[in-house]
Amino acid sequence: MPARDIAIIGYAQTPSQRDAIQSEVQLLVGTITDAVTMAGIERREIGFTCAGSCDYLTGGPFAFVSNLEAAGSWPPISESHVEADGAFALYEAWMRLQEGDIDIALAFGSGKSSPSNPAEVWAQQLDPYYLAPLGADPVSLAAIQARALLDAGRATERDFAEVVARSRAQAASNPNAQLSGAVDVDALLAAPYHTAPLRRHDLPPISDGAAAVIMARGDKARELCSRPAWIRGMDHRIDPHQPGVRDITTARSATTAAKKAGYDGGPLDVAEVCATFSPQEIILREALGLPEGTQINPSGGPLAGNPVMAVGLVRVIEAAARIIGGSADRALAHATAGPLLQQNLVCLMEGE
Amino acid sequence: MTELRTSETKLEFPYSRTTGPVIGAFLAGLREGKVLGIKGADGRTLVPPPEYDPETGGYLGVELVEVGPLGTVQAWAWVHDPLPKHPLDHPFAFALIRPDGADSAMLHAVDAGDPAAMRTGLRVRPRFKTEPTGLITDLEAWEAAE
Repeated sequence: MPARDIAIIGYAQTPSQRDAIQSEVQLLVGTITDAVTMAGIERREIGFTCAGSCDYLTGGPFAFVSNLEAAGSWPPISESHVEADGAFALYEAWMRLQEGDIDIALAFGSGKSSPSNPAEVWAQQLDPYYLAPLGADPVSLAAIQARALLDAGRATERDFAEVVARSRAQAASNPNAQLSGAVDVDALLAAPYHTAPLRRHDLPPISDGAAAVIMARGDKARELCSRPAWIRGMDHRIDPHQPGVRDITTARSATTAAKKAGYDGGPLDVAEVCATFSPQEIILREALGLPEGTQINPSGGPLAGNPVMAVGLVRVIEAAARIIGGSADRALAHATAGPLLQQNLVCLMEGE
Repeated sequence: MTELRTSETKLEFPYSRTTGPVIGAFLAGLREGKVLGIKGADGRTLVPPPEYDPETGGYLGVELVEVGPLGTVQAWAWVHDPLPKHPLDHPFAFALIRPDGADSAMLHAVDAGDPAAMRTGLRVRPRFKTEPTGLITDLEAWEAAE
């Protein structure tokens, strides 16, 4: 049984933006500083640091090492890196805190998608024999998933557009959103297909950005934060990689991760889910078992801003912020990796 | 205004890979115009063949079984503007195709010409390249068989 007294006490994120002029490390410098400031700690109090980023995006091996400059690595620090979203870095840092010998940990995630062609980059991360040589890009895969959902009678194209309209409307109050504002569902449905059955608005924007989170244990968390966002459970699970061997209209590993994180299907005030394409919100709502009345992606979610490698950690931040701010008592955050919701992470948080 | 410094990077895996007795045999099969699968731990025939069972992680051996040649479209997307790395240079469908005799589907291209010609359930046949290169794209595309 993992410790249930580890909490998020500080966080920061950059706005999600296209063609950021700053380098990835420059995006991180201010973000980590702001998270440390919010937590009210000195950097030397951080017992463990874990980063998430993607060398494919930066375009060079070990590109992640330079990101450490933003955390500050002198005097020497204890740190790690995951070639994954910052949410998975948060998981490793949370595991490290379970040991009980340190009180504070930092996790961050960062990525710039603008300088590359994401459709070509992500195809390279697939199975190198059966998928990558086909140039199987995320949009084409997501469109196949959308078709499967339509064929199964589980959603309509209007349902997809309604997810988009609601996400962008909710993003209007999010200063970090890239796409926001009122859009008419009928107007969305009148737009041409991008990759049928998906239209451009069903796709996330191409974004650059960074996010950072400070966690603390027990009394240290209470001392530093008047209302910490307690992590009651966190888990991540993986489905088979090949999309043709699993039911892509669901996300089995998301269901398992939610259960293992301790989510019992009970009331939630907020769920921030990493639905990168609009049909995926419909899939995740069912797979995670989100009850009616749950506010889903009040930040606008990835359809309003998709800083890859930070976008999952941003989901955790948006959920935690509502607990720390007092507007939510119980919140669920979800992050994903791999093709078509292959890997799923769930973080369940509560107020005191 | 500070001048922006830029650098160009080429995204590739400049490696030669040994494809092994399962993936290698599958790719060799394509060269001969055959689509091969493997029996999973639960008896399902999986195409393309994995070396390890996707559910249990157990080793599946090296004995392959021929499937197809015809297959059925399980789900599809229409690619209006193909990317340089896509298998076809004109609009096509990416699809999950279940070859006859298989219990799983493989991702590949359907050279259907027009989205109006595509539907879930469409019967398709493989078209092989005349000059194979050892990649999954030796199966050039699937095309309508109706």
